[in-house]
Amino acid sequence: MSANQRLNLREKYQKFTRDLAWEPSYQKKSDIFPQTDFEGIHIHDWDKWEDPFRLTVDAYWKYQAEKEKKLYSIIDAFAQNNGQLNVTDARYINALKLFLTGVSPLEYAAHRGFAMAGRQFGGVGPQVSCQMQSIDELRHVQTQIHTISHYNKYFNGFHDWQHMHDRVWYLSVPKSFFDDAMSAGPFEFVTAISFSFEYVLTNLLFMPFMSGAAFNGDMATVTFGFSAQSDESRHMTLGLEVIKFMLEQDERNVPIVQKWIDKWFWRGYRLLALVSMMMDYMLPKRVMSWKEAWEMYFEQNGGALFEDLARYGIRMPKYWEVTVKEKERLSHEVWSTFYNYDHAAAFHSWVPDEAEMQWLTTKYPHTFDQYYRPRFEHWQSQTDKGERWYNNTLPMLCQTCQIPMVFTEPDDPTTTCYRSSDYKGEKYHFCSDGCKDIFDDEPEKYVQAWLPVHQIYQGNCGGASVPEVLEWYHLRDGEDNKDYLYSQDRANWLKWKGLTEEAERTLKAVVNG
Amino acid sequence: MVNKNNNVYIALQNNEESRPLIEAIEHDNSDARVEFYPAMVKIDAPGRLVIRRETVEDLIGRDWDPQEIHINLISLSGNVIEDEDQFGLERAN
Repeated sequence: MSANQRLNLREKYQKFTRDLAWEPSYQKKSDIFPQTDFEGIHIHDWDKWEDPFRLTVDAYWKYQAEKEKKLYSIIDAFAQNNGQLNVTDARYINALKLFLTGVSPLEYAAHRGFAMAGRQFGGVGPQVSCQMQSIDELRHVQTQIHTISHYNKYFNGFHDWQHMHDRVWYLSVPKSFFDDAMSAGPFEFVTAISFSFEYVLTNLLFMPFMSGAAFNGDMATVTFGFSAQSDESRHMTLGLEVIKFMLEQDERNVPIVQKWIDKWFWRGYRLLALVSMMMDYMLPKRVMSWKEAWEMYFEQNGGALFEDLARYGIRMPKYWEVTVKEKERLSHEVWSTFYNYDHAAAFHSWVPDEAEMQWLTTKYPHTFDQYYRPRFEHWQSQTDKGERWYNNTLPMLCQTCQIPMVFTEPDDPTTTCYRSSDYKGEKYHFCSDGCKDIFDDEPEKYVQAWLPVHQIYQGNCGGASVPEVLEWYHLRDGEDNKDYLYSQDRANWLKWKGLTEEAERTLKAVVNG
Repeated sequence: MVNKNNNVYIALQNNEESRPLIEAIEHDNSDARVEFYPAMVKIDAPGRLVIRRETVEDLIGRDWDPQEIHINLISLSGNVIEDEDQFGLERAN
């Protein structure tokens, strides 16, 4: 029996984490941890930090190694078996393009963010948790690159994802979200990412969407997704712990924490608009609708979480009611936007087929036939005439979330929602009350936002025409962008499925090229 | 809301290793509701849910460390209680 097996879990945890700390003798603590105070959070006793998972570094390596072994054997099997041919439909691959360009770089950002936060916390408990999380996030981005690199051999749009993440208009939505969190202090960062994002929101991406990936035959993606989410379970408990710790340390922390929860819930919810469309439109075989997932993971589960936190004086995040009002329109409004602007996107869009529209009608009985089906039918009729329509007017963006102003009034799905604020003689525009409030609280931060449309008009993105901007994005016109119907991806897919004639017709009809 | 909403949940990969864990949860938590989705299983329970080491060991016929849960865990919600003999989730309210 080895030494550590004789210790019980609590003692072992004590030895392997808390006992690694020391009191500084020749430097002041405030010089070593200079960012602990400026956010206004009061901490009296770092030892009161309770670690819900008593995971020590030796156990961490052991279990992570086992997860990696399982994951890589599945990725290998998927590649050897030409798994890409067994997905339901090549349209599905477009969800992975969005994932690799939009989500994977966030994993890397999280790796950096937690390394920074861990360095700034004055207690060994959160230092160790942040360190493990930082390593986890590096693992996530690596496994995602490895998994998706297989698809890069067969499909367009995967070739330069980090470059695109830093430049392409809609990818500024996830990028600015993380930049916003990383440029805050350590307590706000952890509240933003571990609690508001990971505990309250990312389950929607990593559970129903990943389950959907499995349903569509993509064993490789579901495996990296679930493997990442198993680490997230630790991160979520870290998020909950950091909230409880701040709230228990000093009552002056309560309003600050509530404000951060309000802000980051709304920021995260707006970011998840992309996930809503991945679930409702980009999975050829669907597991559940965005609306059902929102009800399950936010309204029910999030509701239970906030009832639990009520004893600390914490209430549901501000504007959560708006998210409930929007649940029957969100995915449709967002997918329509990409249909408009797909000539400048690194993935293909399409009009859902009749069976899919029927599914949407069933899942969205109050909105789909009334507001969205006629729009898709109109677009389809244009395409049938050989006039696939793209919108060449650049949209106004929300100054906070950077999404085009496409959302509608909470109580009226037929009127676009516009809000604005004046600051130092300039007018700033917002998609919602939630985004306006965030700006109004920290205008000096958000006036600096790098808004893709403004940047294009200012001449900072390669030029003023679409082809110049696409080149600056490293996007190949006619290959990576535009409608799926006349794409190389579709032509290849048909060829691989033995439908050579249809593939030829598709290639000839490439209005994209 | 009429009913108090205090559900906890655990989600596991739906694979061979999870099967005895699901069985152990059903055995020790009479209120647990098990739902299967593609590749995953989600188990909800009101207020509290526990996986006991002893129950799992009886089912698999070998020693089992509750931390092994990490390998097939997908997600969870609730306050975590963890020691040598169990892995549990609970709500304070």
